[in-house]
Amino acid sequence: MSKALLYDATLCIGCKRCEQACAEHNHLPYDDAVAAEQKQSEHKFTVVLNKDDKFMRRLCMNCQDPACASACPVAALRKTAAGPVIYEEERCMGCRYCMVACPFSVPRYEWNKLLPKVRKCTMCPDRVSKGLQTACAEACPTGATKFGERDELIAEAQQRIHDNPGNYVNHIYGLNEVGGTSVLLLSSVPFEEFGYQSGLMTEAMPELTYRVLSKVPDVVTLGGVLLGGVWWITNRRAEVAAAEGDGHASPIQGKEQERGQKKNG
Amino acid sequence: MDKPELGRPRLTFWKFVLAVILLAGFYSLLLRFVRGLGASTNLSDAFPWGLWVGFKLFSVALAGGGFTLAAVVHIFNLRRYRPVLRPIILTAFLGYSMFIVSLIIDLGRPYRVWHPLVMWNEHSVMFEIAWCVMLYTTVLILEFIPALFERLQWKKALSWVHGITIPVVIAGVILSTLHQSSLGSLYLIVPGKLYPLWYSPFEPVFFFLSALCAGVAMTIFASWHSSKAFGKQLELPLLTGLGRVLAVLLAFYLTVRALDLLHRDVFHLLKLPRTETYLFFLEAVLLIVPMVLLFFRKIHENLTALYFCSVLTLLGVVANRMNVAVAGMEASSGTYYFPKWTELSITLTLVASAFALFALAVKYLPVFPVTSPVAGGHRAVSPKPAVQVLAGKLAVPELTDVRS
Repeated sequence: MSKALLYDATLCIGCKRCEQACAEHNHLPYDDAVAAEQKQSEHKFTVVLNKDDKFMRRLCMNCQDPACASACPVAALRKTAAGPVIYEEERCMGCRYCMVACPFSVPRYEWNKLLPKVRKCTMCPDRVSKGLQTACAEACPTGATKFGERDELIAEAQQRIHDNPGNYVNHIYGLNEVGGTSVLLLSSVPFEEFGYQSGLMTEAMPELTYRVLSKVPDVVTLGGVLLGGVWWITNRRAEVAAAEGDGHASPIQGKEQERGQKKNG
Repeated sequence: MDKPELGRPRLTFWKFVLAVILLAGFYSLLLRFVRGLGASTNLSDAFPWGLWVGFKLFSVALAGGGFTLAAVVHIFNLRRYRPVLRPIILTAFLGYSMFIVSLIIDLGRPYRVWHPLVMWNEHSVMFEIAWCVMLYTTVLILEFIPALFERLQWKKALSWVHGITIPVVIAGVILSTLHQSSLGSLYLIVPGKLYPLWYSPFEPVFFFLSALCAGVAMTIFASWHSSKAFGKQLELPLLTGLGRVLAVLLAFYLTVRALDLLHRDVFHLLKLPRTETYLFFLEAVLLIVPMVLLFFRKIHENLTALYFCSVLTLLGVVANRMNVAVAGMEASSGTYYFPKWTELSITLTLVASAFALFALAVKYLPVFPVTSPVAGGHRAVSPKPAVQVLAGKLAVPELTDVRS
C-alpha cells in the first residue's frame, strides 16, 4: 500500500502554508524573503509557483521507481514501500549522479557548504510511517494538497476531471510519467507552463541502465572463456613454432639446450 | 661564476611552465578544499556535472591503450608489439590515477570515496564503474610493477608477478570492456537531458569503440614523445602497423556512429545553427581526418604524419567526451556553464602531472626496452616474456637482459 499526494491546482489559493510547514518540518529557515523565492533550492524543498494567478506546486515527485535511487552508487536514496523516496545522508559521497539522473531535476546540493548534502522533499517519511499525513498536506487549508492511498487518489482525480471536464487539462500528471510518481497533479493550464516536461517516457527510467548492467555477469563469463581460449590457441601455436625449432628461437631455449648438453657431458 | 654548468639543474622553458601550472593548481586545490565546491566551481543545481566529469571520462578513454595492447601482446600473442606494452601500461595507469584524483576532488565528500566497497547498489552504473576502476587500477599496478621489481632486482617477486600475468591480463581486458562502456551507460538514464546528437541507446558501445581508437592512438603518441625526449621509440614498421589498425578502427567506429544517427533520424539536427552542431562537427572532423589520412601509405609510413594523426584522434575522443559530459547537457539544463578558472587550473595541473610522472617513470624505471647489441645487428629486448614463464620455460627472468 503506497501513499501519495494529490495536488489540485484549481483548489490552490497560493497561501504558501505548505511551503512554511515544509520548512518547519525540515528545520529550514522560512521568512518573507524565502517565501518570495520562486524556485526549489537546498533550503526550499517545495515551492508554490504563481503565474497569472494560476498556481502550481513543485516538489520531489517521489517516483514509484526512481531514477535517482537506481543511479546512486551507495544506495543513499531509496524508495520506501510506504511511498517516500528517502535520503540517508551518512551514505552519500557526493557524486551528484542523482541530480543528473532525475528526470525532473529535483535534487539540490549544498554547494556552499564544505561538507554538502543532497537536499530534496522526502515526503515526510517519519510522519508517514506513523500514519500521519505529510506536513504540507496537513497545513493546506483548502484541500488542494491531499494525502492518501495512491490508488484512491488516482480514482478521485479521475472523478474530478470527469465531473468538471472544463476545469481541467485532461491529464493526471504523475499517473504514468516515468512509470508513475507518488505526487499526482491536476491543473487547469498545461503543466509545461510551470516547467513540467511533457512527453516523458511512461516506463520507469532505471530500466534504461539496468538492461545494460544486467549483462555484466554474462560479459564476465563469456569474456573469460573467449580470452582464455584465444590465449590457449595462440600460445599453443607459439609452443609448436618453438618446438619445431627454427634457427632463431628464444635465448631461453638456447639455455635449456646448453643445460641439456652439460648433463649429457 | 667559473663553475661548470654540469651539476646544476637546468631550468628549461617547459619546467618553468610546469612550475607555474602546478603552483596555480595547488592554490586552486586549496580553494576547493577550504571553501568548498560552490566557491571553486561554476557548478550549480541546474548543472551539477562539469569539466571534471568530462576530464574523468576522457582520462579513462585515453587510458584505453592499456587493455588493448595487453590483449594484443599477451592474448593474441603478437609479440612484436611487446616493446611498447610497458610504456602504454604506464599511460593507462596514469590515466586511471588522474581519474581517481579528479574524482576525489569532484566528490562532495571525498573521504567517503570508499563507500561503494561496503554500500552496494548493483542497479547503479556508477557503482559498477567504482568497482571496475578499483579492480582495474589494481590490475594496472600488477601489470606495471615488474618494471619496479626489475629496477630493484627483486627476482622472487618478479617471477611471482610474471606467473600471474595471463589471468591478470584477462581480468584487465574484461574489466576495461565493462567500465569503458559503462561510462557511456551513465548517460542512458538521461534521454531527456543529453542532446540527441549524442544521446543514443548505443552509447556504451560508442564509448568502448572510441576507447579502443584512443588506445591505439595513445600508443603512437607516447612512442613519438618518448623518442623526442629519450631517443627511445618503436621502430617504424610497428607504428605503421598501428596506424593501419587505427584507420580501420576509426572507420568502424565512425560508421557505427553514422548509422546510429541515421536510424534515430536526427541528421536534420545538423542543419541547425547551434553550438551543439558546431561542436559535433568539430568532434567529427577530428576523427574523420585522421581516419582518411591513415589509409594513405605516405601517411602511415611517415613518423611525423602518424604522430599528427594520433594527436587528432586523441583530441577527437576528448572532444567527444567533453561534448557528452558538458556541451550536450547544457541546452536541457536551462543554464549556461563554463568552467571557473579554478576548475581549469586543477584540470591543467592533473594533465601536467601525468606528463611529468610519465617522464619521471621513464627516466628511473625500465619502461622502454634497451637496444642491446647482438650478433647481426641491433635487437630490441623487450620486457620479460611472461608467456614463456607461464609455459615453464623460464624460472627466473634474466635481469641483465632487460636493463643493466
